[in-house]
Amino acid sequence: MLQGWVIVVTSFAYLGLLFAIAYYADKRADAGRPVIANPYIYSLSLAVYATAWTFYGSVGRAAGDGIGFLPIYLGPTLMIALWWIVLRKILRISKRNRITSLADFVASRYGKSALLGGVVTIIAVIGIIPYISLQLKAVSNSFAILLHYPEIVMPAKVAAQPVLTDTALWVALILALFTIAFGTRHLDAAEHHQGMVAAIAFESLVKLLAFLAVGIFVTFGIYNGFGDVFGRAAADPKLAPLLTPLEGVAGGYASWVWLTILSMLAILFLPRQFQVAVIENLDEKHLKKAIWLFPAYMVAINIFVLPIAFGGRLHFPGGNVDADTFVLTLPMVERQELLALLVFIGGLSAATGMVIVETIALSTMVCNDLVMPVLLRLKRLRLNERPDLTGLLLGIRRWAIVAVLLLGYLYFRLAGEAYALVSIGLISFAAVAQFAPAILGGIFWKGGTRRGALAGLLAGFGVWFYTLLLPAFARSGWLPISLLEHGPFGIELLKPLALFGLAGLDQITHAMLWSMIANVGLYVGVSLAGTQSAAEHRQASVFVDVFRSESGGARFWRGTASPRDLYSLLARFIGVAGADAAFAEYARAIGVKWPDEELVADAEFVHFVETQLAGAIGAASARIMVASVAKEEALTLDEVGELLDEASQVVVYSHKLEQKSRELEAATAELRAANERLKELDRLKDDFISTVTHELRTPLTSIRAFSEILLADPKIDLAERKKFLGIITRETERLTRLINQVLDLAKIESGRAEWRITRTDVREIVNEAIAQMSQVFKDKAVALNAHLPARAVVVEADSDRLLQVLLNLLSNALKFSPADRGRVDVTVRESDGMVRVDVRDNGPGIRPEDQPFIFDKFRQVGDTLTAKPPGTGLGLHISRQIIEHFGGRLWVESEYGAGARFSFTLPLAAAPAAQQGGKEEPWLQTSARS
Amino acid sequence: MAADKRKVLIADDEPNIVTALEFLLKRAGYDVRTATNGEEALALVESYLPDLVLIDIMMPGKSGYEVCQRMRERPEWRHIKIVMVTAKGREAEVSKGMSLGADLYVTKPFSTQELIAAVDRLLAVGA
Repeated sequence: MLQGWVIVVTSFAYLGLLFAIAYYADKRADAGRPVIANPYIYSLSLAVYATAWTFYGSVGRAAGDGIGFLPIYLGPTLMIALWWIVLRKILRISKRNRITSLADFVASRYGKSALLGGVVTIIAVIGIIPYISLQLKAVSNSFAILLHYPEIVMPAKVAAQPVLTDTALWVALILALFTIAFGTRHLDAAEHHQGMVAAIAFESLVKLLAFLAVGIFVTFGIYNGFGDVFGRAAADPKLAPLLTPLEGVAGGYASWVWLTILSMLAILFLPRQFQVAVIENLDEKHLKKAIWLFPAYMVAINIFVLPIAFGGRLHFPGGNVDADTFVLTLPMVERQELLALLVFIGGLSAATGMVIVETIALSTMVCNDLVMPVLLRLKRLRLNERPDLTGLLLGIRRWAIVAVLLLGYLYFRLAGEAYALVSIGLISFAAVAQFAPAILGGIFWKGGTRRGALAGLLAGFGVWFYTLLLPAFARSGWLPISLLEHGPFGIELLKPLALFGLAGLDQITHAMLWSMIANVGLYVGVSLAGTQSAAEHRQASVFVDVFRSESGGARFWRGTASPRDLYSLLARFIGVAGADAAFAEYARAIGVKWPDEELVADAEFVHFVETQLAGAIGAASARIMVASVAKEEALTLDEVGELLDEASQVVVYSHKLEQKSRELEAATAELRAANERLKELDRLKDDFISTVTHELRTPLTSIRAFSEILLADPKIDLAERKKFLGIITRETERLTRLINQVLDLAKIESGRAEWRITRTDVREIVNEAIAQMSQVFKDKAVALNAHLPARAVVVEADSDRLLQVLLNLLSNALKFSPADRGRVDVTVRESDGMVRVDVRDNGPGIRPEDQPFIFDKFRQVGDTLTAKPPGTGLGLHISRQIIEHFGGRLWVESEYGAGARFSFTLPLAAAPAAQQGGKEEPWLQTSARS
Repeated sequence: MAADKRKVLIADDEPNIVTALEFLLKRAGYDVRTATNGEEALALVESYLPDLVLIDIMMPGKSGYEVCQRMRERPEWRHIKIVMVTAKGREAEVSKGMSLGADLYVTKPFSTQELIAAVDRLLAVGA
C-alpha cells in the first residue's frame, strides 16, 4: 500500500541515489578523470529544461488548449538552428574570460560593471522565484494526492494550510539542504560542479522513463493506441476543438509566435540553462551532438502528452480533477500502485533537478555579483586584510540558497493559487527574456553601452513586473482587484493587462510585447545617444571579435604591481594551493622557473591573475580587487584607440619589413654570386695579364741582353756576333708574333674583331695553307699530303681566319713531327651537313692528362724536361675561338706515342640557287716532295 | 797564385737567356754552369757547389721559389748567394722571393751592366 512512509522513504532513497552519483562524479573530477566529459551527458544535462512543469503542466495545458502546449517546446527546437552561431559564441567568450554566471557575462561585457551584474542578479532572482514555487507546488501537490490513494482527492487550497504542516515548506527546506550539500562543498575556480551535472543527467533519464511509462500505459493500457485515443477525442464535442492547432490557443497566431520566441530565449537565458550549457560545458565540440540529441529528447518527452491529456479528459469528464494531475491520477485510478509511485518519483526528479541547478546558479550570482562587490566596497569591513575569504564566499552562497528557496515558498503561499502551473512558468520565462537584448546585442553589436544595457534591463523588468507580477498578486488578493479592472488610480490607459489600450492579447503576449519594446528601445536608444568608457570599448572588442582574436585584452593595462601582492590576493580567494597551482601554470607557460625566479608583473601576468580571480568572485569583483592591488593608471578611450591604431600599424609595418628583408636577402644573394663571378674573372684577368707580361718580357730580356752585350764589346768575334744578332732577330719576331696574337685574341674575345663572312670553299683554303707551308715542310723533310673531296665544300666563314686556323694546325703538326720521317695528312670530308677537316701527324702524340689543357691560353706541351717548344702558346686557343665563332668545334684525338689528330667541323652553307662550279673534279692529291 | 774563380750557376728554361747570361758571366771572369729546370739546378748545386746562383722563377717542374727554399734549408748551402732573375715583377712576388731567402731580386729585362756589377758586389764580400 502506498502509505505516507513508503512514499517518503522512496523519495529519500532516490535523493540519496542522486547524491551518491554526484559524489562519485566529483571524486572522479578531482582525480582528473571526469565522468561527464562526454557529449551524451552534456545533452542530457540540457534536458533540465524539462521540469515538473513539463512533467505535470504540459498535460494540464494540453487538456485545456490541445496542441497549444507545443510552442514551449518548439522554441528550443528552433533555437537549435541558431545555437551553432549564438551558443558557440557565448561558449567561446565565456571560456576565454572565465565567466562564472549569467550576471558575470553581462557585467563583463559592459566594462566589468558591478552595478549591471547586481541588477541582472536581482532580476534573475525575482524572475525565477515563481518558477521555483511552481516546483514546490508540484511536489507537494503530487505528494498529497498520492497520499490519498486509492481515492482521488485534490489538494486543499494553500492558504488553508498552516505553515508548519505545509508539505511545501518542508520540501523547500529539504531541497535547500540537499542543494547546499550538492553545490557548495568547495569553491571551484571555474565554477564547475561536475557532480551536479552527472546527477542532473541521471535525473533527466529518470523523468523521461517515468513519463514514457505512464504514456505507454495510458495509450496502450487504458486505450488501444493513438488512433483509439484521438478517435474518441474527436468524437467528443468538447474535445474536438482541441485537435485544431490555432483554436486551442488563446490569442491565435500572435500567441504562438510569442510563446515560441519566449521559449527560444528561455533555453538560453534561464540561469540553470546558462549554467549547464555554458558554465559547465567542458568541450565546445559537445555542442555538435547536443544539437540533435536535445530535440530528440524533447520529442520523446512530448509524444504522449496529448494521449494522456485526452485520456484524462475522457476519464474524468466532470472537470473536478485538475488536468495538471492527470499524469498521476490516471495510474492511480487504474490501481497501478508501482506506476503511480514511479510517476511521483519522476515528478520529484524533474522538480529537484530544476531546483538544484537553478538555486546553485542563482546563489553563485548572488555571491559573486551582488553581495561581494558591495562587501568589497565597504572599507569598514577591511576585507583586504583577511587572509582567507573562501569560507566567507561559501557561507554567502549557502545562505543565498536557503533564501531563494524560502522566497519561492513565500511566493507559493502568497500567489501560487492564482494560476495554473504553465502560466507561472511563463512568467519566469518572460523575466529572463529581458536579458536577451543586452546579451544578444552585446555579442554582436560593439555599440551597446553599459548605460544602454542598464536602461533596457530596468525598463523591461519594470514592465514585466507591472504586467505580470502585479496581476498575480492582485488575483491572489494581496492587491486590490480594481488595479486590474480600472488601472492605478483609475487611469484606464495604464491597466496592467491592457497597457495603452492594447487589449485582446493573452497576458503573456501582452507583457512580452510591451517589455520588449521598452527594453530594446531603451537599450539601442541610450547606447547610440551615449559614449563608451575605455573599459567598455575594450570588452566590446573582446566579446564581439572573440572568433577573430586570440588573446584577451591583456594589452590594455598600465600600472605597477608586485607579484607578491598578486599572489596573496589570489590566495585569499582561491586558497594557497590554488594560487600556487595558478602561478606554476603561468610560469610554465612562459618558461620561467618559479619560485626560483621571480615572475614579472607585466600586463599579461596581471590579466592572468585577474581571470583566475574572476573564476572565483566574478569579473567585476576581480577587477576591483586587482585595481586596488596594482596601482593602475586609467587608460582613456583615446589612448586605447591609439594603442589599437599603433598595434595595427605595427602589424602592417612588420609585414612590410618582412617583405623588405626577404627582398633584401634575395638581392644580397644575387650580389654575392655576382661578386664571386667578378672576383673569378678578375683573377683570370690577372692571370692572363701576368702571363702575357711574362711572355712579353722574356724575349725582351734576350733582345736587350744581347744588344747590350754587342754594344759593350765591339771586339766579339764574327761567329758569336752573328749568333747573337740572329737571336735578337728571332726574339724580335717572337715578340711581334706574340703581341699580334694577344691583340688578335683580345679583339676576338671582346667581339671587336672584324669578320668578313663569305662563301668559302674549304678545299681552296687547305690548298692555300699547304702552299704557304710547303717550304718549311721541305726544310724539315716532313711529308705533307691532302685528301680533298671532288665536290666543292662551301661554308660561311672568314677565309683569312680559316686560313689562320689551318696554318696554326699545320705548323703545330710540323713542330711535333719527327724530322725526315714525319708525315702530316690533311683530310676534308662531308658528313651530316657538316664539313670535317683532320690534320694528322705521326709525332709523339699528347698525353691524356695534357689533352684537356692544350687549348688553354699560353699552354704548350712537350716533355717537361726538354727545352720549351717555340711558339706562343696562344695559337690553338685562338684557333678554337675562330672555329667556334663559325659555329663549329675543334678538338684533338691522340694516343701518346702514336701521333695526334686535330679535327674541326663547320656547318655547311646552304645550297645556293645556282649551282656552284659544275665540273666534277677527280680526286685531287697534292704532295710535297718527300 | 790567382784566386780561384768564383763559381756561378745559371738556371733558366729560356735557352737564349741562358746563353746571354753565360756569355756575360764568363766574360766577367766567372766559372759558369747552366741548368734549364729546377731539378737540374739543385743537382748542380749539390755537385758543383757554386758561390752564387742566378735562378729564374718560372721554370717547369720545381720553380725558382722552391729551389731557393730548398737551398736555404741546407745549412751547408747557406753561404751561397741567390739572385732571382725573373719576369715576375710585382711587389708581392718580390717580397716572397726575399722572404724565402734570396739575396737579390732582378726583374727582366735587366741591364747587363747592372747585373754584372751586382754579382761582383755579392761575391766580393766575404772570403
